[in-house]
Amino acid sequence: MAMLEVRNLQVGFDTPEGEVQAVRGIDFDLEAGDALAIVGESGSGKTQSMLALMGLLAENGHASGEARFRGRDLMKLSPGELNQYRGAKIAMIFQDPMTSLNPYLNIEKQMIEVVMHHQGLDRREARAHAIEMLRAVRIPDPEQRIRQYPHEYSGGMRQRVMVAMGLLCEPDILIADEPTTALDVTVQAQINQLMAELRRSSNTAIVLITHDLGVVAGLCDRVLVVYAGRVVEYGTVEQIYYQPRHPYTRGLLASVPRLDAVRGAGLNAIPGNPPNLLDLPAGCSFRQRCAEAFEACGEEPALRDLGDGHLSRCHLEPEQ
Amino acid sequence: MTGHAGILRHAIQRLLGVIPTLLVLVTIAFFLIRVAPGGPFDAEKALPAEIQANLNVKYHLDEPLVQQYLRYLGQILTFDFGPSFQYKDWTVNELIGEGFPVSLTVGGLAMLLAFVVGTVIGVTAALRQNTAVDYGSMGFAMLGISIPNFVIAPLLILLFAVFLGWLPAGGWDWSLNRMVLPVITLALPVIAYVARLTRGSMIEVLHSNFIRTARAKGLPERAVILQHALKPALLPVISFMGPATAGLITGSVIVERIYAIPGLGSYFVQGALNRDYTLVMGVVIFYGLLIILLNFTVDMLYAWLNPKIRYDEKR
Repeated sequence: MAMLEVRNLQVGFDTPEGEVQAVRGIDFDLEAGDALAIVGESGSGKTQSMLALMGLLAENGHASGEARFRGRDLMKLSPGELNQYRGAKIAMIFQDPMTSLNPYLNIEKQMIEVVMHHQGLDRREARAHAIEMLRAVRIPDPEQRIRQYPHEYSGGMRQRVMVAMGLLCEPDILIADEPTTALDVTVQAQINQLMAELRRSSNTAIVLITHDLGVVAGLCDRVLVVYAGRVVEYGTVEQIYYQPRHPYTRGLLASVPRLDAVRGAGLNAIPGNPPNLLDLPAGCSFRQRCAEAFEACGEEPALRDLGDGHLSRCHLEPEQ
Repeated sequence: MTGHAGILRHAIQRLLGVIPTLLVLVTIAFFLIRVAPGGPFDAEKALPAEIQANLNVKYHLDEPLVQQYLRYLGQILTFDFGPSFQYKDWTVNELIGEGFPVSLTVGGLAMLLAFVVGTVIGVTAALRQNTAVDYGSMGFAMLGISIPNFVIAPLLILLFAVFLGWLPAGGWDWSLNRMVLPVITLALPVIAYVARLTRGSMIEVLHSNFIRTARAKGLPERAVILQHALKPALLPVISFMGPATAGLITGSVIVERIYAIPGLGSYFVQGALNRDYTLVMGVVIFYGLLIILLNFTVDMLYAWLNPKIRYDEKR
């Protein structure tokens, strides 16, 4: 049994126009120390699926399916029970470090409350632990800076604070939702390196939500490609990068800008837009944008095992 | 940089800024009340000319306006607002000194009540958004805002003084049970307003990213609300409370009249109606000073609540 087993995770949102089916059945396993990337376009459901695990969906959202963490289904826990996992066993850091910290409280307050609540440390111990974590994420002069407020930190430093905060209780899983999208490229590298080091030193499993395939290669060992709320391809980084099987994955890889591209060749983009989640077309949801679509694509393909754990949801793959 | 030095400097700057503001206020009030037709000694039956002249000399009304103005300025520098033209044997200082403590007590208690009850209702409604509790309290708040206090006061008197006989209908002896009805009458509309304000800002704050972070940390809902959401949610309430407090503690004419409370409220109206120049000037300056003082307090509270406002840069 894997540490985290997600089965048929579904997320929907009630809107005045009807139900938005943001996530339509996602499955994956996560073991201690794993690094899994969830890749897809905006609106593919990658963030919502993780928010659903954490019980953090917006008020009009609802989730179903299973997410068994060490045997307990997170989806069935009461808010009070879930709070014993959130922040302690499973931590999450968010896309926008500028607004994810409370501007009205200093860093110390925001950090010590986590350990005081989950580990019952007193204020002094909690503070010492927080300073230690800030030092680990290379915040200079942490004894002084811990007293400062978020607006006195740069964007990259705030995200490092978020990482430090997430790791205070040595969680089993760190979910990072596009942690570097809002940051400078050089700062991005620092944050990614930081997460890689922490994974190695504390065996924390990392789930990295991103649309940046460049970041994935450096940090993760397995990739889940999500399209319109479903897994379309799953495999190791090598499988996904060197033998991508789903046309959508190939499109994503082709759209990564390359330094060795012919000058003036322009960027490769996948034509069209993702389908409307309010009114999904029948059959394969990528059909309208797929250059290789044929009659069979009017039926939704199953996720097929191509061997070695490489999965793809496409009719082009022969039945095994 | 260092917040405390910045706040202190800002405080001093603001306090120095009070002087020109007050000067403008005094000047405008002084000339406006004199432009108004009629004078303090006009009566239905005209006074004999000699008496009128004597009165004018006694109160310096015979001097040119500019001279009167300069005399008045000199006078208020020593915090002397002069004798009332209408309340014989009373100086304006004495009138304010008598009335203000009463109005301050009633208004202050009303404000305190309004703040506590209003924020509790507002937060509760926000947490139970779109439920019966929310609709109920907001409907009640709408009523509280729309019903004027000259309707609320008689209703309360009817219910609690006449029918139930629990509380006196009016009068003033500094006893608590005479304060209850006027305090509630003054507080009700403010409770309603504060509740709506708190609800709105609380809902907004609850949707912010940092609240999601607080939840992701596994904090109990109580801590999320009290330690993370309450402070930012109260900022708009605080800025409303400043001027509102000035209005309440200087007394409401209507409420003080209905409950027969010897507060400051009636002087605003009586002073203006009687062309009691010194009394009008006295209460206007006093009111202006209070507004300035309370806005200043709100500013300081803001700086304390919101670390981003440090006042160490030009703002």
